[in-house]
Amino acid sequence: MSAPQKAKAGPEEIPVIVSAVVPVTDHVTRFEFTRSDGADFPPFSGGAHTVVSMKDEGRTRLNPYSLMSDPADLSTYAISVRREDDGRGGSLFMHTKVSQGDAMTITYPVTLFSVDQRAKKHVFFAGGIGITPFLSMIGQLEHSNGNWELHYAARTPESAVYADMLLMKFPTKVSVYYSGKGDRIPFGTLLEGQPLGTHTYVCGPARFTEHLRDTATQKGWPASHIHSEEFTAPAPGEPFTVRLCKSDKTITVGEHESLLEAIEREKIDAPFMCRGGSCGQCETRVVSANGEFIHRDHWLDESDAESGTKIMPCVSRFIGSKLELDL
Amino acid sequence: MSKFEFPPSIKSRPVWGTFEERKGSAFLFIADAEGADAIIDIATPDLMAKAHIIFINRGTDYAEKLRALAPAQFYEGPSYDAALSRIKRVLSDAKMGIQVYLSGTESLMGQAANEATLAGVPLASIQTEHRGSTARRMQCVHCKGFTEDVETDPFQCSHCGLNLFVRDHYSRRLAAYQAVCIDAEDPGNVPPSKGIYE
Amino acid sequence: MTIQFNDETFRDDYSFRNSDWAIKRFPFPFHEDSYMYSVNMEQHRGGPEGSVYEKRFDVDEHYVSEMRDRAKVLDDDPLRCQSLPHMTLAGWDLLELIMVSKSEDYPDLFELHRDGDTWRWVNKPLGIDDTFTFLDETTLPYGPMEYITRQSQGDFAVLDQRENNLWMDAGMITTQADWSLDFDIGMNFFEWHAPVPMAHEMGIFKRALKFLLNIPQGAPARRLNWTMTVNPLLDTSPENYHKWGIQKTTLTPENIGAKQHLRVELQTFYRLPRSNALAFPIRCYLCSFQDLMTMPKWGRRLHRVIKDLPDELATYKGFIDNRPMMLDYLAQFDDGLPTSPGIFPEPETEPPLKTG
Repeated sequence: MSAPQKAKAGPEEIPVIVSAVVPVTDHVTRFEFTRSDGADFPPFSGGAHTVVSMKDEGRTRLNPYSLMSDPADLSTYAISVRREDDGRGGSLFMHTKVSQGDAMTITYPVTLFSVDQRAKKHVFFAGGIGITPFLSMIGQLEHSNGNWELHYAARTPESAVYADMLLMKFPTKVSVYYSGKGDRIPFGTLLEGQPLGTHTYVCGPARFTEHLRDTATQKGWPASHIHSEEFTAPAPGEPFTVRLCKSDKTITVGEHESLLEAIEREKIDAPFMCRGGSCGQCETRVVSANGEFIHRDHWLDESDAESGTKIMPCVSRFIGSKLELDL
Repeated sequence: MSKFEFPPSIKSRPVWGTFEERKGSAFLFIADAEGADAIIDIATPDLMAKAHIIFINRGTDYAEKLRALAPAQFYEGPSYDAALSRIKRVLSDAKMGIQVYLSGTESLMGQAANEATLAGVPLASIQTEHRGSTARRMQCVHCKGFTEDVETDPFQCSHCGLNLFVRDHYSRRLAAYQAVCIDAEDPGNVPPSKGIYE
Repeated sequence: MTIQFNDETFRDDYSFRNSDWAIKRFPFPFHEDSYMYSVNMEQHRGGPEGSVYEKRFDVDEHYVSEMRDRAKVLDDDPLRCQSLPHMTLAGWDLLELIMVSKSEDYPDLFELHRDGDTWRWVNKPLGIDDTFTFLDETTLPYGPMEYITRQSQGDFAVLDQRENNLWMDAGMITTQADWSLDFDIGMNFFEWHAPVPMAHEMGIFKRALKFLLNIPQGAPARRLNWTMTVNPLLDTSPENYHKWGIQKTTLTPENIGAKQHLRVELQTFYRLPRSNALAFPIRCYLCSFQDLMTMPKWGRRLHRVIKDLPDELATYKGFIDNRPMMLDYLAQFDDGLPTSPGIFPEPETEPPLKTG
């Protein structure tokens, strides 16, 4: 077929200029972008994320961040980044090496967490920096008279990013709970008595998400009405070697890089979209293996994961003597 | 009573289940005729203490057995149409966490599931169990009229009179199977009717 | 280029005709001498100049007449266009996608002037010049999906994405290959494809769904599908099957070349940005057998494909009874010479056919 095909795997890219770097709290900084070509950004749906490409001394870091800006204002995209001093380095790079005026590349929005358009009401639960996707969801719902409420847990008033703004703009819809003062979100009480057609959404630490899911399930809510942002950052692990059959290469995945990053380091074009184990785009066929898979994705179903024939290179790893992939 | 084994079919054809106990905030049972047996099979004093049963007898005498289960609320009516306003009223009060149990004919389960869905009950909160008649509620794709209790294939549309064959293609929104003209390409050539599952 | 729009009908006297230009750019769906289902997706990013792949939403000589036919179908049966209440935002997404694409791709035919939320849309072929407020339904004569798809060739399904599935929750369906939106609306991907034989067992739909769920914003995809239609009838709906079905029996060896049409769907898939729904335009192209025979490669290949097609597929596509007559007609053109790979006709290099 003679139609021009895309040259590169992964979502479409947009060259941007960092238009503002705004400290929000001790640990969280907001980065605002405008397009290098001066045009508007593509529209997006509340809860979408973008993958930010960071050129860090010869290596390219690709980290996904929720778009938190108002979907009605397409002159700017904004993300908020929490500095993880023990993380893999992406957030530190953003905090220490990115300044206003810098040129960067981000991807088109990718939507894996969005409001259910059928919902008669939306109940949001945010833990810490997990507030970010809800900011754009709220923006979207406010433009369509959506029925929503937000319950936001943070350690202290000082660490509760955007809590003041939210409480000021939506005093009847937003409740903030400070664990430092012993306040906990009463999930059970809040889920009781919600009208039919209510959807609930959660984003925060894994335990927070699980707690909401367990409580809702106990109260008779089906999984279809419980939504969570299930980003997994790639976790470090023992280095392992992998043979890429199509490219005829053997590579070693380092302790602090993901399998996908190692593949990209070798300039092999592997598909990806979310880089967080939930979109399914990077699903790769295992040709042969002798060892144990560490599946950390939310994509493969149990039988696929147990079969040892598929792996999601963006977050999953391997321990064993031999791994051959169809790449 | 033995349950009818539906033959394997295409993916739009509903697959009816077997009631199981689930956690929930309220428990609504809607059944017609032999569908009462499915309630009787799952009933426990605890469950019935929180249960609202809407029973459409269609000429059967199951009502006394259901009443004997001592549900929190009980209603008996002669037909789905007669029960509909009560069903709508109950659903208008319902909250997330409600569990809906539908049993009996495909027509009853389909229509009640649709009503519940329209009220906002998640599909996954609705359980079904087929009992009794295997007759189908059919929609004529041409005139859009519904013909209830269709047991034979082909059959005649009760609205426009076309000769229709019975498909397994099923719409949840219409709570009906699709019926299509059988003699469009050879008018008048209508094969003899036989039972749908013969 | 400026398109000369035909004044023609797709019913009654069937005055529909393809010009030489339209025949040459017809999207012949067989890239080799046989056919079986596959997830034959590729990126939808342009194509050879003048081909139906070149623009995002192809406009051709049938545009004005097709829109007139659509308006008639909707007058007779408004249920052919439906949108469940939660799909309005997706309708706006679709309206924006089509207006932006068409005004950029055909600036001589369509104009879009945007001043904030105030949009002015000019459609010269249909004589429309409307100003409205984006995202405000009260400022358009129809819902946003209906408004824009009354001005766009081909059917449009708009699929909601949730629970790892796609749901047929809105559509404008008047040029369909025998399926009913009114019946299928609200179904998920597996349910609305349920009547298709063999493909489920082959795992086609599972793979196709995985692909479609992952179509990202900014990277649309496309594929071709096909069936057969007697007479250039666009509206082969189940609703009217009791009226048009009889036309399938009017084929004779004398009229088959003119009456029998290969019906091809150019299916494209676009991620919609605000709603995260998937737009699924299904563009229908018709070409008579006798016109197809003017391209030697297609003449040879069509005979071979139809001859070897499994009975299940010929039955599902509704031409099992007419297949022997089709093969009699097509065989007279097939000289057994090899064909070059790919769908494009290459009339300059392909040796001429025997002439009947």
